[in-house]
Amino acid sequence: MNPSLFSPEGLAGVIFLILICVTMIGAIIATCTKRLIRSVSGLAVCFLGVAGLYYFLNSPFVAMMELLIYVGAVCVTIAFAIMLAEPDEAKLARKMSGLSGGLAVVCGGAVSFALGYAAVNGHWMAPATQVNDGSLKMIGASLLTKYSMVFELISIVLLAAIIGSVALARAGRRGN
Amino acid sequence: MLTLSTQLNTYLIIGAILFGFGIFGLVRRPSLIGMLIAVELVLSGASINFMAFNHFLAPDPTVGQIITLFIMAIAAAEAAISLSIVIAVYRNYKSIEVEDLVELNG
Repeated sequence: MNPSLFSPEGLAGVIFLILICVTMIGAIIATCTKRLIRSVSGLAVCFLGVAGLYYFLNSPFVAMMELLIYVGAVCVTIAFAIMLAEPDEAKLARKMSGLSGGLAVVCGGAVSFALGYAAVNGHWMAPATQVNDGSLKMIGASLLTKYSMVFELISIVLLAAIIGSVALARAGRRGN
Repeated sequence: MLTLSTQLNTYLIIGAILFGFGIFGLVRRPSLIGMLIAVELVLSGASINFMAFNHFLAPDPTVGQIITLFIMAIAAAEAAISLSIVIAVYRNYKSIEVEDLVELNG
């Protein structure tokens, strides 16, 4: 049952374990460090691990998009916002301790435990047949046929987000 | 241990742990940008669940990938909007900490 360590399956399993560790360490760095710029770096590391998990789930396209959009765009945007807003790190660090830490552990632990319990004890039924192989070609075909309306709506949402963020960030600039 | 990547439960538990870390950070962080980072963790936990169910259980394995792409688009739009709100708030209040913004309670 268990593949040997140096067979291809075994090496893939080792890489998978490494990816899980990368994801978890990234999540810990993202939530537990004091400086915000470090937690953005942790977020990037975590997304790197998540992209690897997507690759194991047989979808290299989504893995690449994860790298491009999250690591390449979202993390860089957050880093710019940190540089522009220059938070008062010493004051933030002082506020971190105390009641909110315990409350946070309880909330996060409860949610995580409940979801994990539901996942382990659920009875998942495997599908009878698969109508296609989930390849990139099929993704493109269904994006332009079955999901074309949603695709267009997402474009409008992104356009509205661009215009809105420019308008919000420009407002009040002339007064200063 | 080495066959973990072929089991649905592994991915579901990773997703649950990431979601829990997101909630943890959301409650713990005193600053707006820290809370935004935690929200990104929550979204990626949800995406992992979608991708796992897509790979193991869905009859049409393009659905989950497309939903994950839409989650990414929404997350990018949300990050852009909320960061520009953070910049606007910082310009007015000279702070991005939640406690200094009680005036925004309404």
